[in-house]
Amino acid sequence: MAKQESVSGLVGLLEADGEALADEWVALVAGALGGRISRAELVRELRELYSALLEAIRSGADDAHAEGMSEVRALLTELSRSRARQGFTPSETAVSVLALKRVLEPGLREGAAEKTQAYLQLSRVLDDLALFTIETYTHTREDIISAQADQLMELSTPVVKLWDGVIAVPLVGTLDSARTQVVMEKLLQALVDTGSEQAIIDITGVAAVDTQVAQHLLKTIVAARLMGAECTVSGIRPQIAQTIVALGIEFGDIVTKATLADALQLALMKSGVELVAQQGLQR
Amino acid sequence: MTTPPPWAAEGGQQTHAIAKNDDVVRARQLARTLAQESKLSLVDQTKFITAASELARNTMVYGGGGELRAGLVRRNGRLGVAAVFDDTGPGIADVDLAMTDGWTSGLGLGLGLSGARRLVDEFLLDTEPGRGTTVTIIKWAR
Ligand SMILES: Nc1ncnc2c1ncn2[C@@H]1O[C@H](COP(=O)(O)OP(=O)(O)O)[C@@H](O)[C@H]1O
Ligand SMILES: [Mg+2]
Repeated sequence: MAKQESVSGLVGLLEADGEALADEWVALVAGALGGRISRAELVRELRELYSALLEAIRSGADDAHAEGMSEVRALLTELSRSRARQGFTPSETAVSVLALKRVLEPGLREGAAEKTQAYLQLSRVLDDLALFTIETYTHTREDIISAQADQLMELSTPVVKLWDGVIAVPLVGTLDSARTQVVMEKLLQALVDTGSEQAIIDITGVAAVDTQVAQHLLKTIVAARLMGAECTVSGIRPQIAQTIVALGIEFGDIVTKATLADALQLALMKSGVELVAQQGLQR
Repeated sequence: MTTPPPWAAEGGQQTHAIAKNDDVVRARQLARTLAQESKLSLVDQTKFITAASELARNTMVYGGGGELRAGLVRRNGRLGVAAVFDDTGPGIADVDLAMTDGWTSGLGLGLGLSGARRLVDEFLLDTEPGRGTTVTIIKWAR
């Protein structure tokens, strides 16, 4: 019985002046977003939200996490994701829900006790829904950031073709295990794709080589060998060389060269390319 | 109980959690900053950073996560850099074995602990099965 009453109270609150209410709601949100979303788009979003909310409350859902609110949450998920992708702030996302509270306030002034009661109840639901939008927003941002990190990792590890049959990968910066893994996989794939038999791994730009990075390097070189290709490691700077020796890492019969240029010369020689200085050309 | 490193009065020491791969990268970056501040040569900087990288990874992988405390140290007027890796993991039952070149209980090269000892000036391993592991390293500026 009490539940029945509270439902009708909530529905009454939302339905009274439904049209005017929706218009004001749109106007408030539009103001907060500064015209960065078209009015037509906002009208569509908020109308859908409004009818879903009304429907949910009619069905007896009086809690943001209730089963009956699932349609509302789905719409809010959609809305929060699109706000996050378009670069809106968390406040600019939650305002879509919170503005509805503001719009309902004036009705309270001449309101009876039951009306105030209904408002407070709805207000609690809307607060929870607003928090829900912020959570969804945050998840989306996190996804975007980790996707960007992945892209950056791909971007920062280019495998370049230096010559017919010779590819190279210049390693730069701090090599963590994930990045080394990506580079090494790309290198092996590039050997296949380009049909190359010579690969150069240049570590001039690498800050430190620890046992894990060394292990990734060694494994790649062995894998490349199994594929019939040869790897040369170039650009081992003095401080890195000394550290590798102190660590006790054995590079065994792996070919190393001081510079990328030296490594390229070796690779060309091995693939049967002869470099001849032209006669009579002054340098 | 291990004696703490002789933290320098002027350099604020920092504490970082080591739980994820990112934390290992961060530990290495902290080691680099401090190694530069303590005026280590480029070779010694690289050695200290690499040792820190090894120990941070051990803390994460074998210690199940832990903590790094690092900062500048001073003894008899000499400046250096210290890092303490602390975990409450399973500890190391056979220290001699763990310190043997090439021995690993996992899939590594087995050169992290023994190699790190060769890379620094002072290396202190304090461990007990069931209690955890603390490794302290110091590198002094020349
Ligand atoms: N913090 C730690 N807690 C427990 N065991 C450790 C810890 N650090 C190292 N160990 C043990 O010592 C062994 C040798 O370590 P290390 O020399 O770094 O080689 P790796 O990391 O390649 O296994 C490890 O395989 C592990 O069994
Ligand atoms: Mg190790």
